[in-house]
Amino acid sequence: MSHSHIDVRYVANLARLELTDEEVATFQPQLEAILSHVEALSKLDVSGIEPTAHAGAVFGKMRDDTPHESLSQAAMLQNAPDQAQGQIRVPKVVTDA
Amino acid sequence: MTITTLRRQLLAGETTPAAILGKLAGEISARDGQTGAYLSHNLESALAEAANADLSLPLGGIPIAIKDNINVLGQPCTCGSKFLENFISPYDATVIRKLRAAGAIPFGRMNQDEFAMGSSTENSALQTTRNPHDPARIPGGSSGGSAAAVADLTAIAALGSDTGGSIRQPASHCGVVGLKPSYGRVSRYGLVAFASSLDQIGPLAQSVEDAALILQAIAGGDPLDSTCLDAPVPDYLSGLNDGVKGLKLGIPKEYFGEGIDPGVRKNVEAAIQKLAAQGAEIVEISLPHTEHAVATYYVIAPAEASSNLSRFDGIRYGHRAANPADILDLYKKSREEGFGPEVKRRIILGTYVLSSGYYDAYYSRAQKVRTLIRRDFENAFQQVDAILSPVAPSPARKIGGFSDDPLHEYLSDIFTLAANLAGIPGISIPCGRTDFDGGKNLPVGLQILAPHLGEAKLLQIAKAAEA
Repeated sequence: MSHSHIDVRYVANLARLELTDEEVATFQPQLEAILSHVEALSKLDVSGIEPTAHAGAVFGKMRDDTPHESLSQAAMLQNAPDQAQGQIRVPKVVTDA
Repeated sequence: MTITTLRRQLLAGETTPAAILGKLAGEISARDGQTGAYLSHNLESALAEAANADLSLPLGGIPIAIKDNINVLGQPCTCGSKFLENFISPYDATVIRKLRAAGAIPFGRMNQDEFAMGSSTENSALQTTRNPHDPARIPGGSSGGSAAAVADLTAIAALGSDTGGSIRQPASHCGVVGLKPSYGRVSRYGLVAFASSLDQIGPLAQSVEDAALILQAIAGGDPLDSTCLDAPVPDYLSGLNDGVKGLKLGIPKEYFGEGIDPGVRKNVEAAIQKLAAQGAEIVEISLPHTEHAVATYYVIAPAEASSNLSRFDGIRYGHRAANPADILDLYKKSREEGFGPEVKRRIILGTYVLSSGYYDAYYSRAQKVRTLIRRDFENAFQQVDAILSPVAPSPARKIGGFSDDPLHEYLSDIFTLAANLAGIPGISIPCGRTDFDGGKNLPVGLQILAPHLGEAKLLQIAKAAEA
């Protein structure tokens, strides 16, 4: 586990965050301090240890597949930032060929 | 006044649900301008519900304040974020449905750290919440509004959520009772997800009995949450006064090392002595991986948060940036404008530990250490019925104390977050007062931890410690 440096701008792009230059400058040392604390985990011997994804995980729990009333179209659209003709409207994502 | 007392008065005809709401509205007007626990409340709709309250139900006519990350039909659900500042919930969370079925009235939207990330409520993008015991200080967090209102008597009781201590720590700082149930005990359907393997909803209340009453109402299986357990819900009230005689209570030596404020230590040790005097056997135990809990948590929780918060993209609900160049620009600008610094920090951290080349070193390794931490508790509960410790290393600090040092703030979660990693229940109850950093008479909390689904015994011990 060798971090030493995190490319904040690169990772922020993966997370679809714009970030200002000031934010990058603020987060850089803070994130590196956190990662260097996390570095201590690399000293532990975890060979043969199963990972825990959920404490007390429940597997394969299924409910009956019976039809029931769901939220209305109006309820689903009430928080949409932009809508038209009963649909959510977004900026154009495909360009003309 | 406690739920227990109000219920007695309601059944005796000495008060009405509308009168209780009216009195609360008066207290909110009188004091919440300073405390800032409420983001909003809707007295009109609550009064309409009060008019139809069924007093024969266990929580009939009792208003319960709701943390602002739990959906209540027709009410705001901001999660303390600008991103959701104008969001109105289209449905009730399962806990709300269950509270209503028990006769309770959801009343008030309580301030919190943005998306429950923080332990001071300073990360709310919408409002500052102050500790009712000292307005210069934080109420704790992330359920700071819920805890502050219960302490300020502007709420009878409240729901919060706890991912690493977010119910227990503000309860401790505000001098109220806060219960994080076992992972899977309470449905999370309708709770805005932060870290899905850690989040639980639970009550903040003025007494252990009130916390038990609320847990009784909200616990149990839910077809809408696949992580919610169908295990039978025991009667949490019948054994509440059974005491601690003959019980073995463990004191983890790793939780009483350096870095604990002397006033906290003194009060917690006095609470332990009180339980010993009532017949509990006090046993020193070890949780050897304690020193790795913070690092483990701050890999796993941000990783899950980065995934959960990807849904906030500016498309279907919430904030959308104006005039984007293209769809990618819309995502990036909406998230940049909508999220505050702590949320961005954790999303970046979480994205990093999950990214190619780092996944094994960070995320996968943290999950293995999580197994070691879980085993520490399993081993401990072979020897003892429950574990006693402080909730936080110190009482409430001043507002603005750690804004530039997130790691320092994270380290103060040391005593609470292991319970989330292990999935076990924990409760914070007031155990005294102390002076700290210029503050007088600040509340100190005792934490009690029990085995998975051991809430009945946990509450029983808490009741004995409270008495």
